[in-house]
Amino acid sequence: MANFYNDNPALKHHLNHPLMRKIVELRERNFTDCEKFDYAPFDYEDAMDSYEKVLEIAGDISGEVVANNAEDVDKEGPHVVDGHVVYAEGTKVNLDALVKAGLMGISLPRRYNGLNLSLVPYIMAADIVSRADASFVNIWGLQDCAETIYEFGSEEQREKYLPRTCAGETLAMDLTEPDAGSDLQAVMLKATFNEEDNTWRLNGVKRFITNGDGDIALVLARSEEGTRDGRGLSMFIYDKKNGGVKVRRIENKMGIKGSPTCELVFRNAKVELVGSRRLGLIKYVMALMNGARLGIAAQSVGISEAAYREALAYAQDRKQFGKAIKEMPAVAEILATMKAKLDASRSILYETTRFVDMYKTYEDIARERSLTPEERTEMKKYKHLADAFTPMSKGMGSEFCNQNAYDAIQIHGGSGFMKDYACERIYRDARITSIYEGTTQLQVVAAIRHVTTGTYLEQINDYAALEYAPALKPLQDKLAAMTKLYSEAVEKVVSQKNPEYDDFHARRLVEMAGHIIMGYLLLGDANRTPELFTKSANVYVRYGEAEIARHHKFIMEFNEQDFADSYKAE
Amino acid sequence: MSLNIVVLAKQVPDTRNVGKDAMTPEGTVNRSALPAIFNPEDLNALEQALILKDKNPGTKITLLTMGPPRAAEIVREGLYRGADGGVVLTDRALGGADTLATSYAISAAIRKIKDFDIIIGGRQAIDGDTAQVGPQVAEKLGLPQVTYAEEVDVKDGKAIVKRRLENGVETVESPLPLVVTVNGTAAACRPRNAKMIQKYKYAVSPSEKAKLEEGRAKVIESRPYLNIKEWSAADVEADPQQIGLTGSPTKVKGIVNVVFQAKESKQIEGKDAAGLEDLIKELITNHTIG
Repeated sequence: MANFYNDNPALKHHLNHPLMRKIVELRERNFTDCEKFDYAPFDYEDAMDSYEKVLEIAGDISGEVVANNAEDVDKEGPHVVDGHVVYAEGTKVNLDALVKAGLMGISLPRRYNGLNLSLVPYIMAADIVSRADASFVNIWGLQDCAETIYEFGSEEQREKYLPRTCAGETLAMDLTEPDAGSDLQAVMLKATFNEEDNTWRLNGVKRFITNGDGDIALVLARSEEGTRDGRGLSMFIYDKKNGGVKVRRIENKMGIKGSPTCELVFRNAKVELVGSRRLGLIKYVMALMNGARLGIAAQSVGISEAAYREALAYAQDRKQFGKAIKEMPAVAEILATMKAKLDASRSILYETTRFVDMYKTYEDIARERSLTPEERTEMKKYKHLADAFTPMSKGMGSEFCNQNAYDAIQIHGGSGFMKDYACERIYRDARITSIYEGTTQLQVVAAIRHVTTGTYLEQINDYAALEYAPALKPLQDKLAAMTKLYSEAVEKVVSQKNPEYDDFHARRLVEMAGHIIMGYLLLGDANRTPELFTKSANVYVRYGEAEIARHHKFIMEFNEQDFADSYKAE
Repeated sequence: MSLNIVVLAKQVPDTRNVGKDAMTPEGTVNRSALPAIFNPEDLNALEQALILKDKNPGTKITLLTMGPPRAAEIVREGLYRGADGGVVLTDRALGGADTLATSYAISAAIRKIKDFDIIIGGRQAIDGDTAQVGPQVAEKLGLPQVTYAEEVDVKDGKAIVKRRLENGVETVESPLPLVVTVNGTAAACRPRNAKMIQKYKYAVSPSEKAKLEEGRAKVIESRPYLNIKEWSAADVEADPQQIGLTGSPTKVKGIVNVVFQAKESKQIEGKDAAGLEDLIKELITNHTIG
């Protein structure tokens, strides 16, 4: 009986982080819901126990159902019938199981039939489901969109759409178009207001829309005629029950083949405006994307976990030269590094999730009452940290996921190149994680200002000031030395006062900060649960140290002329 | 129409995941080395009950299990999936029962439950594999029985049951009330539900409640649905002569450890009709078929 929660003690470790008490107490508003709802917790211990039990259900379904269907889903994929998507058989079974288990609307308030779970167990469920089938988490994970309806929709819209999400209807976010990918300001889908029946209608085409035939979609469209930039865009809700949108085709992708990536044609589709006009991109999509990025960070960790487990199992099983290949130092090093990257990316994933959870919960409380000055300060602090950590977690997590998928194949050798082993699918599924919801390059764009303004350094200094066990002192010293190199490199780049030069080195600087942050996080993990994380802390800090030395050397020995001479596009 | 359904469920050692400690040196099942689980085909039976509940609003599902007090876990598992309540039939005097004594005790408990339209359980339990308890319960209660069920429906006050047989399927009709035993080929049971598990996780039987700290015990007082019934042999007015070891005519004479070994194999060459014919002849000769 495979259970992807119970068989992975790292998850329990992250779930039981000391900050959880505060997160849960805030979210549960002193546990008053239990008077109205028979499934609400009485206290913190009760809530945590429920989180575990819900994650056990997710782990059970992932291990017993979703993982077993993954191969068939990858082969069969979804198809289009009469302008609508029909999922692969396995996808339908997966969705049915998760809906029946009540794992939709996990973090929505109970008054809309949600479970009101903290974001931490929600993201953990995404981590678990991704390990089973990365393509499926795209369909299930789009329940994120309901958060946006909750945050920015009217009460009427909340009451209409959120219970439907909790009952199992799927969602989609219709943002990109043929000429508007990374640059969403170029969106052209036309929204027109019809005075006669007092409705908005949409016309045009959307492309690369995940689960584009979902029951409820958030659509970005141009409501202000004659505008060309982001300020002319508004957000709408399309209800599939109203019709007007057809799926023209499904993309034939390299990976995550079970997830339908649709081209949609809107013909006079009736929709509802969300929030205020003109705020579609600049406010609502930005919030939506931050949530989605965290989701992809979770997906990356889940795929990384799958890759590592496949690699380890094969290396234990496969014998060459009279012994299991994992006994050979070259293979053992790959495995240790994979595990370290996996643990590091998971650690920053949950650190980020806690930051997001803290500020979002404060924002939600602010809808009910005004916050105290201390609360407001704390909300701002966590929002700022969430802004800084989300792109780092998504950017570096997805790159590690790709590296682990590559290494999983390497460990399998020739067999890994065949279609016979899961690592082949994992490798294809991993590839998109560093592309969609903003490429790694765009995550760097979002993260670099936290290098230059010092957000990362401040947080690093906070981590450095924590108490660690004496056994971890050598690693702590290494991290202090790495921080020094990072500061020097930042100083060198910033002092050039050349934006193009900053951009050129941005990824190196963000990665340097990332290695130090993840190093400290693993140090904290090893401090709290030594038996699980000491090895990874050792491996990761050494790996990060070498990476930082490399970036430091590159930056310190590089000048503007080198850039102009050799690195500009022809 | 709303129905009253009694689901018979048994807590069994998980014999599907047998490790090296699964058997004692004497050749009996080492129960402590195996996790206790909901008997798989009883889960198929529960799913049929839940489907009937989905189709017939107001339907009430009661889980009935016989075993040690810890079998209350089976009732909780049922509540997490959508059952409405449960009874643990537990008594030292019930221990060591064979199928005859077991079906006697269970039928006595069903008589006490009184209101039932359908009694449904798995075909057999994975620890004994007898498939006898369901049919014996039906006989003792004087009810019609349908075995090997795959789908159960109720229309116009009658049960329509699809049965999985060796050579195909058969659909039969039966008056209510009846006893149904469900095959493992029937729909798998739905997962535990996130809301239900939060609602019912503190559901306890009286003997479990006695061990709780005061705070939690109070919570249970205020929420009657968290009480799992626990009945003794006396509660169900069972005749002491017919239960447990005393009521069991089956006596285990001895247990032999059997090791399966592959016999020598024979390969028949040929890729055409003649080869196929040779194969069939061979299979008939050694009585595999025919």
